[in-house]
Order: sequence, then C-alpha cells, then structure tokens
Amino acid sequence: MTRLNPKYIPLVATAVVLVAVFGTGSALYPNFGTPRVFVNLLNDNAFVGVAAIGESFVILSGGIDLSVGSMVAFVGILIAKLLQVGCDPFLAMGIALCAGTFAGAVMGCLIYFFEMPPFLVTLAGLFCLRGLGFVIYPESIGIDHPFYAQVLPQLSILVAPKAVLPFTAMCFLASVLVGTFIASFTRFGRNVYAIGSNENSARLMGLPIAQTKILTYALAGFFSAAGGVVATFYMQSGNPASFVGLELDAIASVVIGGTLLTGGVGFIPGTLMGVLILGLIQTLINFNGTLNSWWTKIVIGVLLLIFIVLQKLISRRAVTQL
Amino acid sequence: MSDWLSDLIFWIAVAAILFGLRRQRIFWTVGALGLLLVFNQFFTPGFFHLQVLDGHLYGSRIDVLNQGAKVMLLSLGMVLVIATGGVDLSVGAVMAIAAAVSSRLLVTQHLPAGVAIAVALGVSVLAGAWNGLLVAGFGIQPIVATLVLMVAGRGIAQLITEGQIINFLDPTMVYLGNGHLFGLPFTLTLVIVMLLLTHFLVRRTALGLFIESVGDNDEASRYSGINAKQVKFLVYTFSGLCAGLAGLVACSNIKSADANNIGLYLELDAILAVVVGGTSLQGGRFYLVGAVVGGLFIQTLTTTFYAKNVSSDIAPVPKALVIIAVCLLQSEVFRTRFARVLSPIEKFLKPVGSWLPRHLPTTARHDSPKS
Repeated sequence: MTRLNPKYIPLVATAVVLVAVFGTGSALYPNFGTPRVFVNLLNDNAFVGVAAIGESFVILSGGIDLSVGSMVAFVGILIAKLLQVGCDPFLAMGIALCAGTFAGAVMGCLIYFFEMPPFLVTLAGLFCLRGLGFVIYPESIGIDHPFYAQVLPQLSILVAPKAVLPFTAMCFLASVLVGTFIASFTRFGRNVYAIGSNENSARLMGLPIAQTKILTYALAGFFSAAGGVVATFYMQSGNPASFVGLELDAIASVVIGGTLLTGGVGFIPGTLMGVLILGLIQTLINFNGTLNSWWTKIVIGVLLLIFIVLQKLISRRAVTQL
Repeated sequence: MSDWLSDLIFWIAVAAILFGLRRQRIFWTVGALGLLLVFNQFFTPGFFHLQVLDGHLYGSRIDVLNQGAKVMLLSLGMVLVIATGGVDLSVGAVMAIAAAVSSRLLVTQHLPAGVAIAVALGVSVLAGAWNGLLVAGFGIQPIVATLVLMVAGRGIAQLITEGQIINFLDPTMVYLGNGHLFGLPFTLTLVIVMLLLTHFLVRRTALGLFIESVGDNDEASRYSGINAKQVKFLVYTFSGLCAGLAGLVACSNIKSADANNIGLYLELDAILAVVVGGTSLQGGRFYLVGAVVGGLFIQTLTTTFYAKNVSSDIAPVPKALVIIAVCLLQSEVFRTRFARVLSPIEKFLKPVGSWLPRHLPTTARHDSPKS
C-alpha cells in the first residue's frame, strides 16, 4: 500500500466525517438518506458555499477575509434596491458583482501596498460594508421582480423522484467547479498556493506577489458578492441586517474542509465537503427536534477544534520528517 | 458651578495632561481623544453639560466613562495578549458566558450575588485558560485557537440560559453596572482598580518585560530562559478574567443576560482600542494606559455618532475609516511612501511648540522611549 501524501490527510479526514455524519443521520432517521434531503442541503447552504469558495482562496494565500457576511448582506440590499427602482435584474447582478470585486480589490491593495494585517483590513471592510448596506436602505426589501418570481423557479432540474435541484444549488456546484479549476489548473492558482506556503520563497522565485495577492482578495470579493446574489435567489429579499457572523461559518467550512489556516495546503472540493458537513449537522439537529439550535454552534466549535489539532499534528509530523 | 467655568477647568486639565505627556507615545492617543472632545465642544450642544442628581454626576462625558468601561476592561486583557504577538477573538463570547452563568445562578439557583459573580469570573478564567492551553500548549495560531471559543462560546452561553433572556433585580448585580461611588459610576472605579492592578503586575514585576520579550521573539526568549509557554498561558487566562468582568458589567447595565447580543462585536472594539493605543499587532512593546485611553476614544466616537443622530447601523462606516486611517499612520510603508506629505505636517507641528514629540506615531518597537 502506497503511503498517503500528508497533504491529503485533512481532505480524507473531512470525507470520513462527512460520510460518518450522513451515515449517522440515515441510521437514525428513515427519511434522512433520501435525495430530497441532500438537494435541500445544497439549496439551503448555497450562499454560504459560494462565499466559502472565495474564503478558501484567501486562506490558501495565508490571509483571512472577515468581510464575507457584510458583503453578502450589502449585495442583497443593493440588488433589492436596484430592482425596486426598476433596474434590469441582470444589470443589477452585474453591478453587485463588480462592486464586490472592487471592494475586495481595494482591501487587497491596502493589505499588499501598506503591509497592513489582512485581519484588520477586512475587519474594517466588515464594518464599512455593513454600514453601507444600511445607507442604501435601512430595512428589508422584498423582491417581486418577475425574473425572481417566475423565471427562477423554472430553472431547476429533476434529479431524482421528488428531488428537484434548484438554481441556487446549481450556482453552488458551478462555483465549486470554477474554484477548483482556478485553484488547481491555472498559473494564478499555483501562485496562491506558493504565496500561502512561504511568501518569501515565492518572492525569491520571482512570482508576482502584488498581482496575486490583490487578485486573491478581488476574487474573494467576487465570490462573496456571488454568494450575495445567490442569497437573493434563496431569500427573495434583501436585508442589510442579515447574515451577521456568516464569515465564521465560511471560515469554519474552509477549515473543516481540510484547508490549513496557515495557508498553502487545501483543496476547493474540501470546502464543498466542509459546507455540507455544517449543513448536515444543522439538518440532523432539525430532524431530532428536541435539541436546540445552539447545539449547532457547539458541535461546529468542537469539529473546528478537532480539525485544527489534526492539522497541527500533521504539520508537526511534516516538520520532523524533513 | 456654571457650565463655562467647568468647561474651562476641564480644558485646562486636558491641556495640562497633554503637556505632561508630550514626550510619551500615549500623547497621540490622548491627543486624538482631545480632538474628538474639541469637536464635541463646538458641534454637539449639550455634550459638555454636567449635572448633579442625588449626589451623582450625570452628563455625556460621564456616560462615555460608564459605557466605555466594557471596552476598557477588555482592552486591558487584550493588550497583553497582543503584546505576546497573539490576539483573543473569544472575549465577546466569554462575556456572554459570564453573563449567562451569573444570572442563571442568581435567578434560577437563588444563590447570593457574591457567589454568582465569583463563579462567573471563575468560569471566565477557565475559558481564558482553555485559549491559553490551545495557544501555548498545542502551539496553535492564536486567531484560530480563539476562533473555536468565539464560535462555540455563544452556543454554550445559550445552553446555560436555555435560550431565554434572564432578567434580574438583585441589588448587588445591578450596582455593578449602574451604581455610583464617590458621585461617579462604579464601573469607573472598577476600571481604575483593574488598570492599577495590571500595571502593578506587569510593570513592577518582570512579567511585563517577559511579555514584551516573548512578543518580540519567542524563540530567543526561550533560549534566554523565559518560559514563553507559561507567559502566553497567563496572558490568555488574564484576558478571560477581564472579559468575564466586562460581561458582568454588560449584563448589569441592562439588568438581564442576553446570550445572543452581549459582547457582540466587542472583541473588535477591544482590538481597535489596543491598536489606537499605540500597541502594534505584531507584538512586542505594549502600552497599557494607551489601550485604556484607546477604549475611551472609541466610546467617545460612538457616543459622538449617537449625539449627532448618526444611526447606530451606519456608525460602523466612519469607525472603519478611523481604523484604516490609524493603521495607515502606523504603517511603516505608508509613512515612507508619503513622507513628502507627512513631513510638512511634522514640520508645521514643530514650531507650534518645541515640546511636541518629534515624530508621528509609529509601530517601531525598538526606538520608542520607555513609557
């Protein structure tokens, strides 16, 4: 038996946890293992998932993005407001995606050019976007545009009896594919891994640090904004006060998905599994009915802990092998 | 006493304090606070109004001191953690846990307030020690290690309160956040006592030196015989204690424990207070009083927004701009790149009084005079 490359261990652990959680659910509840539950899982977590793809890139590059939740809320209220004043839905989405990418790029520039800690810059981004959302409109706006009300529900595919894959879930899966492609099959993706592993080495190798770093945050902004667009599909409304703390869910998904928080190691499909694990825990607690929803947070915290300690052990072993 | 006279005395005191601090790094933090107060003097009617009711002082400045107590308490713990090169994201969640534990013991178990407070503080210390164990014992990155408790902590607090908002009327607990001592809010006394205690702990013993040494280079500190792990463990535990105190004050302020909202986003305010206070996020040299004044600055900023009718929802935007501005001013790269713009300002400031410090604030760790 060939020995497993240590970089795959967290990914395998994630897969094991995913299968275990799903297996537990199926064993406990007869209706748990149906395709319908699985499709709902994809639908309910689509916006977190899309945003988490962007977060994965930032974490792979050795940084962190705390502005995710605010960005999703900001984009939601932006689109809802634009539609309210009679804007074309595609134009509104385009504007929202550009705004998100721009905000990400600005944060990336601050981080790269002034060597400010990503943690603080994106924290300022969190405050800024949250406040700007309230500047656009301080309350929730419902979306009743015909595109949302009539066209979107038809954009779904029947994947199994009684299981319809909605458009939001397709967006999620598409983002995972795009993210995987960018991370694993492009020069930019390789540069992100290189910078995350060791920025000095990457610089000495002559890799374009500036371009890659700024692009990483711009990409994260784009995916967060895309998460916001998907959230409007899902919620059919925009609310500047919503999605507080979503960044924590996104970060938790990335870490549970096997990406090292120190950067340089991890895979985008891992993030997909991380999002599914968090969603499954939520679903399990819903199925149980007697457990309160705050158990979700505790279980996620414990899982986070296990994965962080696991990562530590792996990286320690990798060091001693050198 | 008429208002203009008390204002005059106040400003003379501010000027005297600034003059006294002219060679200290904390000058810039106090100066920023002073500027904010000048702004309020001219543009916020009623901000400087003070009145005496039942022998207690009331007014916006007193409100700032009272409301700012939470951030000031948190920043005392946070500044030590940041000095070791770490960060504690879990303080908001620990506040919620302390509030939940104390009010649960008080209301459901009918225990005396002293016991409830002691147990709540004990639990907070345990929470801090847990962070310390992860960071020092397992060597996990501080952001990640404290993230665990940040995520799970609110869940634990909810579990303790069983998802309810617990109201209480116990006089001792209510006094903690609303009482007055010597005509001033009790919280102010609490902050001052904690500040003196911390100051004594880190400046009158070698502990402060150890903390700075570990923050500067923990490998080198270890080789020179400092137990770096122990130092790190201690600062996280202390941060837990401070967070517990802040949590008790927070729930006492509103006479109830709301596990969802107590301390929400306060970790960010605390980190901001430390940074505004002149301590670099890279670790190393730290400024205890600076952090507390930074906390006061942030609370004054918040109170100013409220006084100017800025909606509490929009207030984060200017706050974010302040964070970026402060960080830019501290960024070495920004200062070198914009030296042409900044140096005239420094030159302009020079003739204003030869007593002004020679440089704008920096995060330089080695050349700054000892405070």
